[in-house]
Amino acid sequence: MTERTLRGKAAIAGIGETTYYKHGQSPDAEFKLALKAVLAACADAGIDPREVDGFATYGNDRSEATRLAAALGIHELRFSNMHWGGGGGGVAAAVANAAAAVHSGMANCVIAFRSLAQGQFARYGKGAQAPMAMGEDAFLWPYGLMSPAQRFAMKITRFMTENGIRHEALRAIALASYHHAQSNPRAVMQGRPLDEAKYDSSRWIIEPFHRLFDCCQENDGAAAVLVVPADRAKDLPHPPVYLLGAAQGGHHRSAAPVHNAPHYASAHFPTVARNLYEMAKCGPGDIDVLQAYENFTGGVLLGLVEHGLVKPEEANEFLVKENLLAPTGRMPLNTSGGNLAECYMHGLELVNEAVRQLRRTAINQVPDPEIAMVIGGPMVTPVSSLILGTEGTL
Amino acid sequence: MSTTKHALPPGLPAPSTEEPLSAPYWKAAREGRLLVQKCQGCGRHQWGPEWICHRCHSFDLDWVEVKPRGSIYSWETPHHPVHPALTGHGPYTIVLVELPEADNIRMIGNLVGGSGAEPRIGAEVEAVFEPHDEASPPYTLVQWRIVG
Ligand SMILES: [Zn+2]
Repeated sequence: MTERTLRGKAAIAGIGETTYYKHGQSPDAEFKLALKAVLAACADAGIDPREVDGFATYGNDRSEATRLAAALGIHELRFSNMHWGGGGGGVAAAVANAAAAVHSGMANCVIAFRSLAQGQFARYGKGAQAPMAMGEDAFLWPYGLMSPAQRFAMKITRFMTENGIRHEALRAIALASYHHAQSNPRAVMQGRPLDEAKYDSSRWIIEPFHRLFDCCQENDGAAAVLVVPADRAKDLPHPPVYLLGAAQGGHHRSAAPVHNAPHYASAHFPTVARNLYEMAKCGPGDIDVLQAYENFTGGVLLGLVEHGLVKPEEANEFLVKENLLAPTGRMPLNTSGGNLAECYMHGLELVNEAVRQLRRTAINQVPDPEIAMVIGGPMVTPVSSLILGTEGTL
Repeated sequence: MSTTKHALPPGLPAPSTEEPLSAPYWKAAREGRLLVQKCQGCGRHQWGPEWICHRCHSFDLDWVEVKPRGSIYSWETPHHPVHPALTGHGPYTIVLVELPEADNIRMIGNLVGGSGAEPRIGAEVEAVFEPHDEASPPYTLVQWRIVG
């Protein structure tokens, strides 16, 4: 029987992004940003954009596949896919869905993308503005529990308290992102370094574990990757970056309403990470460079733990800035600046950075990486993650 | 069951109290009683309200009164106002309360009881029914106060 897997079956042949802006500062409309990112990814892959025959996205992206197909004059649309769930939980899933489409023969050349102009549209960090809370929200909003940070903070309180993890562990995650952003001209936070004192004196967003610098920015921009069958990728300008593993979803009742998930203090990766490693045929010790979605630093911590990259009892000791920096750290993390300091492009910028690392063209290059991991937005449902590898890993 | 002034300032979204799935909860809260779903099939409690029992798939979910006592499972104290009604209000504490006598279902509310109330995981709490009689339609929120 043929093994059912995406391992080595599809590759990212092109990456692209627009200029990244502070929220509300894009001169371009959101849909125009999406078009620019798609064209950039196609140009990077050396493929005529009209050859694209599919689009995969997530987070209720407003740039619809059909409008993109019409605007770009693509020859035919064979695959259009929206991954359920808000925010960036679906970033890795969108890439995986594109890969599944090209591997199964449903399509040949699929863009996975995200476009966001929060000046043109509403911001995420604002609470609900409706006068009445319906459904599950009726049990949350009247108590002032409305924003994404507020929805997730009690998972962090519980996990950090149960495991005796200090806030300094989260600080190291923020410091690593800001450190890497300083040498990255794409980064919105380039020229705005962060140190321990600045972090420690930043205002509380939510006690006890969310200071200002534990929380992502909100930004405008777009980013895209072009996914093709593995065979096709060999003849294109860049060394192919192969999908080794991809998984999405959540553990038993992780989306139980009103904070009733049985395993509550979780980023929702326990089963996803297991499935991811199983497909990729590797383990946490094989990851050379890591991109982990920071909506909030506490979610990064949970994601690292649930992917077996850090043990809870070692988190205080291991999560120090030096360990997380490229090129010399034991576990280089968010090497372009990530959501915190490069751009909050709902994690698509993390996929692009993972590809750059494996092409060995990153600004903060890790020495000769073979395997990169992207952990998508933690604590939402469903979540997703991705393992990518060079030709040598096949 | 005592009442207090409101934990949060006016202007936050009001709960929709007349949806079929949750109306019995809100009706009972007006009367100072805490009602949750209990499955007629397997006899277990579940929360938040759903049309089906996640354990045995019975659609026969009853509403039963439970003792308004529990313990803090987790907590948070937001400082940043995410809604115009909260601007200038300052920090407030949200608690996730586990009800041990109702199969450990959990509920969200605000921690009330003055500045001496320090949230702590494991602390015992009791419900405080907070009527919003001025609202149209009026509703009652279920808040929590540390006991002992
Ligand atoms: Zn049942």
